[in-house]
Amino acid sequence: METKKMALIATKGTLDWAYPPFILASTAAALGYEVQIFFTFYGLQLLKKDLSGLKVSPLGNPGMPMKMPFGPKWLKEISWNIPNAVQSLVPGYENVATTLMKQTIKNNGVATIPDLRELCQEADVKMIACQMTVELFGFDHSDFIGNIEYGGAATFFEFAGETDICLFI
Amino acid sequence: MNFDKELDARGLNCPLPILRTKKSLGELASGQILKVSSTDPGSVKDMQAFANQTGNELLSTAENNGEFIFLMRKH
Repeated sequence: METKKMALIATKGTLDWAYPPFILASTAAALGYEVQIFFTFYGLQLLKKDLSGLKVSPLGNPGMPMKMPFGPKWLKEISWNIPNAVQSLVPGYENVATTLMKQTIKNNGVATIPDLRELCQEADVKMIACQMTVELFGFDHSDFIGNIEYGGAATFFEFAGETDICLFI
Repeated sequence: MNFDKELDARGLNCPLPILRTKKSLGELASGQILKVSSTDPGSVKDMQAFANQTGNELLSTAENNGEFIFLMRKH
């Protein structure tokens, strides 16, 4: 049987949106797929050596449930409906939301992004950084992890054109 | 039923039970049996899907107090 292939384009650079590409890539690799991820625009954040800067923003994100990952059950069950206008005025709001999200992730036995990325690398998921956006944002290759390649749209199509699954995230 | 290796994936969530299963199967020889325990309800469907796509055989699935036990024979 010929090896199945999957190509992903990762364009988002927040903690929440870091999950889909790494979950799909690691799982596909476990299923025997050959996988490539093309990181472009804000997705480049996911290739940084230091991932501690990834944040989640509840601002402008009405679909995000806001619940306490700490405390007694009654407190955890409250859904905090904080208006966007208030969120945008409170300094450090994103940092608080990110801390709470990380705790929720831990409570639920969900892998961290550094762990998932490492699992992808161990499984030979090929990661390509978009050279154009690297320059556009003033990044340097030394900002990123090793074992990745740099290329453009044509590089992506070379592999994407032969895939069974191709997703834009 | 006898098994050759045991994987404790309790407390882990998607996709970790599948990734650990794949890794554990890699340490077995063809025909050997892996026992996996999990608490992730999503793993019931995922383990079957993993087996279907990889050719490993899911011999049994059992539930006991919110814990799932899988037996998988390596392809």
